[in-house]
Amino acid sequence: MADAHAHAPGLAHHFESYEQQKESAFLGMWIFLAQEIMFFSGLFTCYLVYRVLYPHAFLVGSRELDWRIGAANTVVLLLSSFTMVVAVLGAKQGRRKMIVLGLLGTLLFGGIFLGVKVFEYGSKWEHHLVPGPYFEWHGDPSVGREVELFFSLYFGMTGMHALHMVIGMGIMLVMLPLAWRGKWTPQNHNFVEGFGLYWHFVDIVWIFLFPFLYLIGLSGGSSH
Amino acid sequence: MSEHEHHSLWKPYGQVLVALLVLTVVTVVAANFHFGTPWSDLVALFIALSKAALVVAFFMHVKGSTRLIKFAVWTGVIGIAIFFALTLSDYATRVITYVDAPRM
Amino acid sequence: MQATASAATPEAVRPPRHHYLNVDYGLRSWLLTTDHKRIGILYLLSITFFFAVGGIYATLIRLELLTPQGDLVSSDTYNRLFTMHGVMMIFFFLVPSIPAVLGNFLIPLMIGAKDVAFPKLNLASWYMYMIGAGLTMYSLLHGGVDTGWTFYTPFSSSYSNSFVAATALGIFVNGFSSIFTGLNFLVTIHRMRAPGMTWFRLPLFIWSHYATSLIMVLGTPVLAITLVLLFLERVFQIGFFDPALGGDPVLFQHFFWFYSHPAVYIMILPSLGVISEIVAAFARKPIFGYKFVALASMGIAILGFLVWGHHLFLSSQSAYAALVFSVLTMLIAVPSAIKVFNWMATLYRGSIEYSTPMFYALGFIGLFTIGGLTGLMLGTLGIDVHVHDTYFVVAHFHYIMVGGALMGYLGGLHYWWPKITGRLYSGFWSHLSALLVFLGFNLTFFPQFILGYLGMPRRYHVYPPEFQVLHVLSTAGASILAVGYLLPMVYFIWSLKYGDYAGRNPWGAVGLEWQATSPPALHNFEEIPVVDFEPYQYKGAPVAQRLPYRIAKYGA
Repeated sequence: MADAHAHAPGLAHHFESYEQQKESAFLGMWIFLAQEIMFFSGLFTCYLVYRVLYPHAFLVGSRELDWRIGAANTVVLLLSSFTMVVAVLGAKQGRRKMIVLGLLGTLLFGGIFLGVKVFEYGSKWEHHLVPGPYFEWHGDPSVGREVELFFSLYFGMTGMHALHMVIGMGIMLVMLPLAWRGKWTPQNHNFVEGFGLYWHFVDIVWIFLFPFLYLIGLSGGSSH
Repeated sequence: MSEHEHHSLWKPYGQVLVALLVLTVVTVVAANFHFGTPWSDLVALFIALSKAALVVAFFMHVKGSTRLIKFAVWTGVIGIAIFFALTLSDYATRVITYVDAPRM
Repeated sequence: MQATASAATPEAVRPPRHHYLNVDYGLRSWLLTTDHKRIGILYLLSITFFFAVGGIYATLIRLELLTPQGDLVSSDTYNRLFTMHGVMMIFFFLVPSIPAVLGNFLIPLMIGAKDVAFPKLNLASWYMYMIGAGLTMYSLLHGGVDTGWTFYTPFSSSYSNSFVAATALGIFVNGFSSIFTGLNFLVTIHRMRAPGMTWFRLPLFIWSHYATSLIMVLGTPVLAITLVLLFLERVFQIGFFDPALGGDPVLFQHFFWFYSHPAVYIMILPSLGVISEIVAAFARKPIFGYKFVALASMGIAILGFLVWGHHLFLSSQSAYAALVFSVLTMLIAVPSAIKVFNWMATLYRGSIEYSTPMFYALGFIGLFTIGGLTGLMLGTLGIDVHVHDTYFVVAHFHYIMVGGALMGYLGGLHYWWPKITGRLYSGFWSHLSALLVFLGFNLTFFPQFILGYLGMPRRYHVYPPEFQVLHVLSTAGASILAVGYLLPMVYFIWSLKYGDYAGRNPWGAVGLEWQATSPPALHNFEEIPVVDFEPYQYKGAPVAQRLPYRIAKYGA
């Protein structure tokens, strides 16, 4: 099939023009992201309902998280989004090294984020705050079970977010050698741009997770 | 392409990044004030929405893209809004059987 | 359209030299194909298999219900029977049926494209389907699931001693196939239309698939996250809906029905599209109120997301929310009725030909109307309290899913079979099977309305003796229905070898797909067509002029 379009490298056989191929790719990516929004909407609805039902327990649970770590990770993730923009800009201008450096930077910041996450999860495990049979609550006994619910959501939401990052970093590892060999040209770099959209989306999810998991207990709330 | 042109391409992204970092600081500071229920959450939500809008508009280039793409973005947003609203229509109007208070 | 006239010439009824079926041979050429037509065939074969699996479970259920005592299977086995029947039929037959088989095959043909927008993703969707089905078959072979296809917590998460986790994982993976298919169709319909193919020149089949795809893309991920949470709660005991932690099992029901109610429209909307095509083609008239029918599909898709709470009327949902959901449910009747009325108006004074697809279409209109109207009864709060979880509900959704979706699927398969294979099937046997399906279906499910109204609850295999007559009628109907389903498998396979060549346009129908050869060439058209005509330009030609080949075979 490639030989039918030998004159147009990178144009799939069923498209009439680069323009059509590009528009299809971006529309497809945005529809995929709409799908991702709905996937996360389940977790956010779950959070919303239990937050409404158990406001006090959620503040107590939130205070077990270290907001400074969350804030630091927010900065790291925003920086990774910026380096992703650099990679896309490089692809648009056909600057091979710029794509590679942008991807490396994104990988680096993504790696830092996940490393911090592993450290955080580890500390929750030590404090018996991982929901399930191992969970133990030594604080206010009247909210123990609802705090466990908070931690179910904490692990569910940050876990799904981290899973998306791991998948994204896996894809970037495949992209790196391709970028180095100059696969993407100013004419044909839909994959880089599409992947950029995915990475920014993952960033946006964290933008919502950070205040609603880490910060809700800061102001003292109704309990004190 | 000249160095100047490269510079002008970079600049808006840098500004957006700075704005995002500033808003991160703002949301942390705001969380330390006690606005009361539900205002604290609404302030946090507003700041998060602003940050998300910045990322969508500039990093994801939705500003200046076709109507169709904007339509796709709104489809997802409306979908999540329906899910929130109709689920809450149940929980917000239930006869209160859930007690979030110290138990005997 | 000149196709009508060309069907008369002998050249037209000879098969083309090169087409998508003979372009390449061997298992590899099928398993690695990215041709939307071949992927449609892959789906056809696999969903037929899982339809048969679901059918075996239905057979066992109906046999058990012949007698009031639980004498064929134990209660526990019976729970597994109706669960696996539902899981197989819904997730592995009805949801992919028309979109993945006919939609995959026809959408590029109907809009004048060479393929769908993402051919590799299309193939990936079939593999996701097969992996999901494989996982579900694994749990099925080890005893299956006993929670009902709805997987309500906390039974599914904490108490059930069956293969909930494997099945949930299977359905989760299968969800990707839906999402990929929907995404592909949306982009294809937006970006791959031939020159001149404007939105209001699209066949109604395309409109209904656009609406379906929207639900697939926005609804399926919510089912995915629901199953993930169920999986985490069951396997790792991380509570999300667990009442022991203050969690709310009703929240699971909200999550589940946020997908599963719109999923009903994933099953029925494509059928509505098929019926519009068939009714116009065999009434020889332009469809009445084209724009209304097209936009009604979109209306159903959007409203479909606003009504899930009517499954929770008796689940301790707030009474106020129940009121809202009840009113919204009534609204769905408006676009549905628009469709039915417009088909009626299309038939009115049409030059109707009772071909096999038309038999299915006419049957569909009646059964869909009964299913829809009983849906309104169930959406009414007061009546629902009375008949909730009875056979009335069972009969209602079978009228929609079997009388509606399945009739539409079979009608569509009969309508486009000559296009897909290039062969004609037996007129007599196909008419007979359509009749058997219609009669058998009504005999199976109409008694269930009465049973339900008298108080027979669903999901029980032991019942009071006074219900036996109605249950026996139902089982008798099911056996007729089974014959009706088996017959097409025989004469379709027979037609592959012995059927007459169909030619490009055996029905004298309009629409781009009938301009392609039968079977179509690898990239569908010799050159990308330019569309300069409005849809459904039928001019009631008499039978003798339009179907010469059939007259030769069956007589006028």
